[in-house]
Amino acid sequence: MKQSTIIWTLLMVFGGLGLISVQLSKGKGEVYVREVPVEAKSSMEDSPEQIYRWSTYKQVSAKEKENPGVSFSFSRTLGLWVSALCTLAIFSFLYGDNPVYKFTEAVFVGVSAAYAMVVSFWTEIVTNLYAKLMPGLARITFFPDMDKKVEADLLYLIPLVLSVLLLWRLAPKGNWIARWPLAFFIGATAGIRLVSYLETDFIGQLQSTVMPFIVFSADGTLLWIKSLRNTVVVVGVLSCMVYFFFSVEHEGIIKYISRLGIWFLMVTFGASFAYTVMGRIALLSARLDFLFKDWLGI
Amino acid sequence: MLKILQNLDRRWIFLLMFVAVAVPLIMGTTFPETPSAQVTAVFDAVDNLPDGSNIFMALDYDPASAGELQPMASAFTRHCALKKHNIYFMTLWPPGINMIQGSIDILNEEYPETYKGKYGTKYVNLGFRAGNEGVIKLVVEDLKKSYTTDIHGTNLDNIPLTKNLKNIQQVDLLANVSAGYPGSQEWVLYGSSPFDIPTVVGCTGVQAPIMLPYIPDQLTGMLAAIKGAAEYEQAIINHYPELAKNPKAKEGLVRMGPQLVAHVLLISLIALGNVIYFLERRQGTT
Repeated sequence: MKQSTIIWTLLMVFGGLGLISVQLSKGKGEVYVREVPVEAKSSMEDSPEQIYRWSTYKQVSAKEKENPGVSFSFSRTLGLWVSALCTLAIFSFLYGDNPVYKFTEAVFVGVSAAYAMVVSFWTEIVTNLYAKLMPGLARITFFPDMDKKVEADLLYLIPLVLSVLLLWRLAPKGNWIARWPLAFFIGATAGIRLVSYLETDFIGQLQSTVMPFIVFSADGTLLWIKSLRNTVVVVGVLSCMVYFFFSVEHEGIIKYISRLGIWFLMVTFGASFAYTVMGRIALLSARLDFLFKDWLGI
Repeated sequence: MLKILQNLDRRWIFLLMFVAVAVPLIMGTTFPETPSAQVTAVFDAVDNLPDGSNIFMALDYDPASAGELQPMASAFTRHCALKKHNIYFMTLWPPGINMIQGSIDILNEEYPETYKGKYGTKYVNLGFRAGNEGVIKLVVEDLKKSYTTDIHGTNLDNIPLTKNLKNIQQVDLLANVSAGYPGSQEWVLYGSSPFDIPTVVGCTGVQAPIMLPYIPDQLTGMLAAIKGAAEYEQAIINHYPELAKNPKAKEGLVRMGPQLVAHVLLISLIALGNVIYFLERRQGTT
């Protein structure tokens, strides 16, 4: 084994053990909650129960643990520890690919997909399809607040049929049927996007680029910063467009303009990279902030 | 020395970056921020509205990007709360529901006199709706075609805030916080630009260069990455000094300390990398 690998292994193992021992010895990493009673009136006049009471739990700092009404929350403490250990497991990829990282990554992907599916089921299939097609049944089951005058909207049979056709892909025979709803979705999406892109990204951007090179204020003073900015924008747009214009050979004056375009593009890529770096550091600092404050209590 | 640098294990750089971010974070190092023109435009868009105006807030992000975007969403919420605006929350991202709950908690815990127990009259949560830009097109033209109920299943016709709201062209400002697709660009493409809805956005650093060309004609202002969030927090504190006592209102400002040190480290490493490259070239090893 290489010397650097040994050093890193020791650093990771002892670092991790150190963090956990600090946690256990100092009694940090515990979550305390205060019970908050909630009371709500029933929205249904004929309901046998007119007042509903339940409790929610608000997280409080560990300093308040002796206060009345404050209690230790096992589930939230467990959540905190799982969250902290998952963060460390993902960070372990910096040392190198390993089974702990792969396991955590798989858990993350699975949980995210399952969460999105459950939310979509309750907000789309139940709220937007079932309640529209069968309002009477929806009122009895999930939506007691639904207006009794609401009637079934049979137009929603179309998305229902399209969805069933889309799932036909899984059938052993006739999976070509799934192409019809797919063709509808692609056509509709392309149509929606085409109009918006033409309006906002093409016409709108052309309008925004038509600007005066020399700008004067109301009293006739030359606004040289604004003038310079406008000039840079127009020259930048034109030179970048010339760089991507391949119908003529990039010789003579065209060569110099396209080179200028490359410079503008390089500055743009540099700005994009810098913004990305800033974003990634922000994410790292947020995770470390969580580990230091919420978990370690530093 | 050159040989050591040429064969330096990349993990030493990870360790350096960890120290560069961790030390200022633990020490709580912050630096003064001066709001830029873009951030001032966002601040003015919210602040110049009369108290109690209607703000449509679309929080299109998930926990993975919360580190960068949560300070913006919280700052938007606090600023709207200080102005006692009515807020309509929605999201195009399934995990966005939890992000909206974070903002609602701010309203209830920090501004109870205006918002606690005022669900439906001061704020409403429309929740998540699948369909990406299709949803934006619907809410811009006919809100109730897309949303018949709020997140709790209450009919929008029974909620005072949404009872007479036909579409979001009627709101005074559209504020979007976005981590990608669907997000800021889609709100501009299908909402603010074609229908001239005053719009401000807060977005990740990756999205910022894509959104810049829309300012100022198609987009009123933008908070770009954590720097934008910190400047916006500073702008709010400058106008509402009472917020300076709330450490939660300085989340973005606190994150700028690690940014500075990490950027200095990164610039030094890029310079060092170039020095090594030129030394190698002089020695003829590349």
